[in-house]
Amino acid sequence: MATVEYKEIAKYLIAGEEEKREVVKVTENIKPDLSVEEGYLVQQELVKIKLEEGRRIVGPKMGLTSKAKMQQMNVNEPIYGYVFDYMLIENGGRVQLQDMIHPKVEAEIAFVIGEDIEGPNVTAADVLSKTEYVIPALELIDSRYVNFQFTLPDVIADNASTSRVVFGTSFQKPDKFDLDLVGVTLSINGVIKELGAGAAVLGHPAEAIAMLANMLSRKGEKVRKGDVILSGAITSAILLEKGDVVTGRFDGLGEVSFVVTD
Amino acid sequence: MSIVTHRIKEYAALLADAEKTGVGTNPLTSIDPNLSVTEAYHIQLENIQMKVEQGLIIVGKKIGLTSLAMQKLLGVDEPDYGHLLNNMEVANGGTIPIEKVLQPKVEAELAFVLKKDLMGPNITTLDVLQATDYIVPALEIVDSRVKDWKIKLPDTIADNASSGFYVLGDKKAKVDEINLELLGMVLSKNDEIVNTGVGAAALGNPATCVAWLANKLSEFGISLKAGEVILSGALSAAADAKAGDTFSARFAHLGQVSVHF
Repeated sequence: MATVEYKEIAKYLIAGEEEKREVVKVTENIKPDLSVEEGYLVQQELVKIKLEEGRRIVGPKMGLTSKAKMQQMNVNEPIYGYVFDYMLIENGGRVQLQDMIHPKVEAEIAFVIGEDIEGPNVTAADVLSKTEYVIPALELIDSRYVNFQFTLPDVIADNASTSRVVFGTSFQKPDKFDLDLVGVTLSINGVIKELGAGAAVLGHPAEAIAMLANMLSRKGEKVRKGDVILSGAITSAILLEKGDVVTGRFDGLGEVSFVVTD
Repeated sequence: MSIVTHRIKEYAALLADAEKTGVGTNPLTSIDPNLSVTEAYHIQLENIQMKVEQGLIIVGKKIGLTSLAMQKLLGVDEPDYGHLLNNMEVANGGTIPIEKVLQPKVEAELAFVLKKDLMGPNITTLDVLQATDYIVPALEIVDSRVKDWKIKLPDTIADNASSGFYVLGDKKAKVDEINLELLGMVLSKNDEIVNTGVGAAALGNPATCVAWLANKLSEFGISLKAGEVILSGALSAAADAKAGDTFSARFAHLGQVSVHF
């Protein structure tokens, strides 16, 4: 397939995002045989369009990092997408439902990268030694596909469902923690709805960043100094509703919250 | 009253036999659909008394059904409790002979040891935290003397809240050294992660479970005693165990506890 066609699919997905409407998944009729590699080619076109529009990349994000999700999608590797500047919501800020399609929230640990990390053969220990800070985060995923249903190539093409991110503002050095043992609760209106520990992410959140660096290296790319990277969900995702006050609490890392309005 | 007592003794004997023979009984609630929670606690106490008469010592309590998921599964809105006896403790890293259990599952929990007695009612989470000597990580091996774990609330209560064995870790923490709600845990089986959890999985805070227990026990005129071990409730779903399995739980700030079957 030609680049121009990947670009057309990317535009189709961006239209769904910008017009806040579900689109039929790519593999349903546009391109039923879309492969994982082609999914990333679509994503690459999508990223290119956004950069041309003047958007800035905050950092990559990891998806499908839990055993349950990997089994569900029948894969043995996570996926990645990109977080852009326009997706950021201030800690304690507001998220408007009308800006999204059917958003869900999940709690994650984000890595602020202090030195370039280039694969292959990157380990979690390498990642920790090159991480400047870790910060708590809430990620809002919002698949552009009908009913949040997709195949693996579909979700990759759709920038891994990335929609909004709320980063906490308390920065901590990663060596202060066993990140796999950081407990996390995710509450809506004061009631705990989901919880977990860092190990829910591939055994250790730094493992997700190591895998990212190794996946990027296959394309001659790397994790860059200054990237702020979401390492993957520690909790299951919760569908958001109007009026929700969402709070993530992270042991030793503090709290992140936002409010959902119309 | 004498009829009730007779029934209670009969049901207690069914569970005691199941434990002895290793053959699970039919659920008591299938034999007697009207069996109440209070009667079930009396059945439990009957068997505990028998064991104490045989020379065993009560060393603590365990709280069960502390997660929303478990409460929903059994259609209940409060936890339950059972007794810990001195023959249930296994050393950290120790082995449980598989013939000593029927259908074991493993859960990771936080255990409380109190420095002063707590007598309900009206015990609060704050009272528990003030009365706590230390907190120690634990594995609880739950087991059911009821065939295929086909339990309703009275069934598990009568069966000593499905208690089996417990293992305590070596590292203790004072209440000011950890955040009980956010304390993370990873449970592994044969070096593969099976579950992760966090303190809040137990009614929002494990200390709240202990407060519930103190208040519940007061209905039977019992207090929580200084020095007793209190298993406060599972931080994640239970994992099935079979011969050859090794379970290990790592806790933030509290080290590791493991057991082998």
